[in-house]
Amino acid sequence: MSIEVIKPGLATSVQDAGRAGHYHLGIPPSGAMDQFAMRSANLLLGNAEDAAVLECALMGPELRFTQACRIATGGAEMVPKIDGQAHPNFEVLEVPAGSVLSFDFVRAGARLYLAVEGGIDVPERLGSRSTYTLGALGGYEGRPLKAGDVLPIGQPNTGTRAAVGRRLPEAFVPRFAKHYELRVVPGLYDHLLEEETRERFYQEDWSVASEADRIGYRFKGGTPLRFIEREPPFGAGDDPSNIVDACYPIGSIQVPAGSEPIILHRDAVSGGGYAMVGTVISADMDLVGQIQPHQKVRFVEVSLEQALDARKAYAERLQALRVALGQALGDARDQALGQALD
Amino acid sequence: MKPSTQHDPGQAKSARYSAAGDEFLFVELSEAMNLEAFFRGVSITSRLAERKIPGVTEICPANASYQVRYDPDRLPLARLIETLEQIDAEVLGQQVQRLETRVVEVPVLYNDPWTHETLMRFRDRHQDPSGTDLEYAARINGFASVDGFIEAHSASPWFVSMVGFVAGLPFMYQMVPRERQIEVPKYVRPRTDTPKQTVGYGGCFSCIYSVRGAGGYQMFGVTPMPIYDPSGRQPHIDDSMIYFRPGDIVKHRPVDRSEYDAMVAAAEAGRFRPKTAPFVFDLDEYREAPEAVARRVEEVLNEH
Repeated sequence: MSIEVIKPGLATSVQDAGRAGHYHLGIPPSGAMDQFAMRSANLLLGNAEDAAVLECALMGPELRFTQACRIATGGAEMVPKIDGQAHPNFEVLEVPAGSVLSFDFVRAGARLYLAVEGGIDVPERLGSRSTYTLGALGGYEGRPLKAGDVLPIGQPNTGTRAAVGRRLPEAFVPRFAKHYELRVVPGLYDHLLEEETRERFYQEDWSVASEADRIGYRFKGGTPLRFIEREPPFGAGDDPSNIVDACYPIGSIQVPAGSEPIILHRDAVSGGGYAMVGTVISADMDLVGQIQPHQKVRFVEVSLEQALDARKAYAERLQALRVALGQALGDARDQALGQALD
Repeated sequence: MKPSTQHDPGQAKSARYSAAGDEFLFVELSEAMNLEAFFRGVSITSRLAERKIPGVTEICPANASYQVRYDPDRLPLARLIETLEQIDAEVLGQQVQRLETRVVEVPVLYNDPWTHETLMRFRDRHQDPSGTDLEYAARINGFASVDGFIEAHSASPWFVSMVGFVAGLPFMYQMVPRERQIEVPKYVRPRTDTPKQTVGYGGCFSCIYSVRGAGGYQMFGVTPMPIYDPSGRQPHIDDSMIYFRPGDIVKHRPVDRSEYDAMVAAAEAGRFRPKTAPFVFDLDEYREAPEAVARRVEEVLNEH
């Protein structure tokens, strides 16, 4: 069973939970930018929650299904159309054999996750099916989809198969806004900033620039940040925003030459020579991937304790989703495994 | 690695721990690049890896810093920092003087046509639009000619001090005294294109771009040697897909176009084998006589 790509959309790629353990060699985690949305689509459909899906940015693809197949969407709102007929988001749909699935314009959010019964069955590379485009690794031939690609689909798990028309409970349907707050733990190299600049960074609106992708989100519109003038340390480079090349945490915010902050996301470059001034908390990383270009963001300074509280709330919400969709078993197993390793 | 109890009198012992969100800990050992900070980082991170601490999920050594990814649900930050401080004290108390590693010869076609074409395309983003990256780097480092500069770049060996940026890219730090370190600024604005396997330079680091893509380092040449292999066709690269590891020692060897072409053909056929040999690096030996270490690197490669 397979899916033929008629039109690829703006930037559509195969993603799953991502690959861990290779960042020290420059291979980032990759995986769905909005992990919660990916999991909600899979769980709704009765897939394993980390089955590979299609991540569709801003403009969806047009796909022909060679055989009848159930699907579900998560994340951004783009009305799915089967042979031109509109259907709801966040609901299990059946695409008949030979039918074409397309999408309307994005109404809210930036990335839709398309789960198909059985998952997208590209080969695992370094433990994941996720696409890492810079490294030409994983996914479909290591790149975003192109017209003419034929995607293999895995064997559906008939035991957990969801009924057509099953809807994501309202509590888990995402609510998108036009203005967002992103919580940030300050630190790393923010001591290199002038104090006034550091404070203002958290008081102004920043808007998402057109250079916003899986590697990083760039922001504009705020007052440029000033770094304290200093004798550059040996090996760092001339600009006051330069450091001796170091690792970049996922979610870290760098400000090259002080002008435009960049949040690194799941396809991050793993290191480099620009000072980072803080890190977006893990609970807000899903949201970053749902912000459209030109939308506004306020960075909110939080403590590590607050970040950990938000992390706990995120984990509880994910667990509630599993319970609501009848797949809480997987997590109980994970917890048992975690305890066994401790 | 053989531990010794000797202290390094010049060693800065401070470390700066900074929580990066709720999943990463960033540790700066030195603001400036130096071999001691690199050695200390490699020693701490390799000992941390040996301990296999539950909750530590990624250990990333860098030039003069390192980063640990951890699961705060299983390992609280305070406990992680406590562990690292303990390991750091061990390392500082019993400075690892020796590193069992390997030397690798990297053939380089300096002044090649592909980086030349690329650097000409991005001249408006460069400090000196009238010359080439090599001419600029030679001039600002006080070399009378590009040939003299290439000689300096290829005569003394380098430590791979970090692997990253993109898949498998090695950052390399040259084993010469501070006054002989080459220093070059990055492009004024980064390029959107760099040929695959470009030998680049920024700050005090040489690098090899593993894939084609954006970049800000000056471009000096290309190597025919594959260093990243997602397709699994290169016999010298294992399942990690990545050739270099921090701690590797690299010696650049200038090659001409015909040798370069032959090596590219060999690599395309999956028959390229880099010249490499085991090597024991001794920090004390290096401090006393860096030239002797450089000679030993050369000898080991020639015996191979």
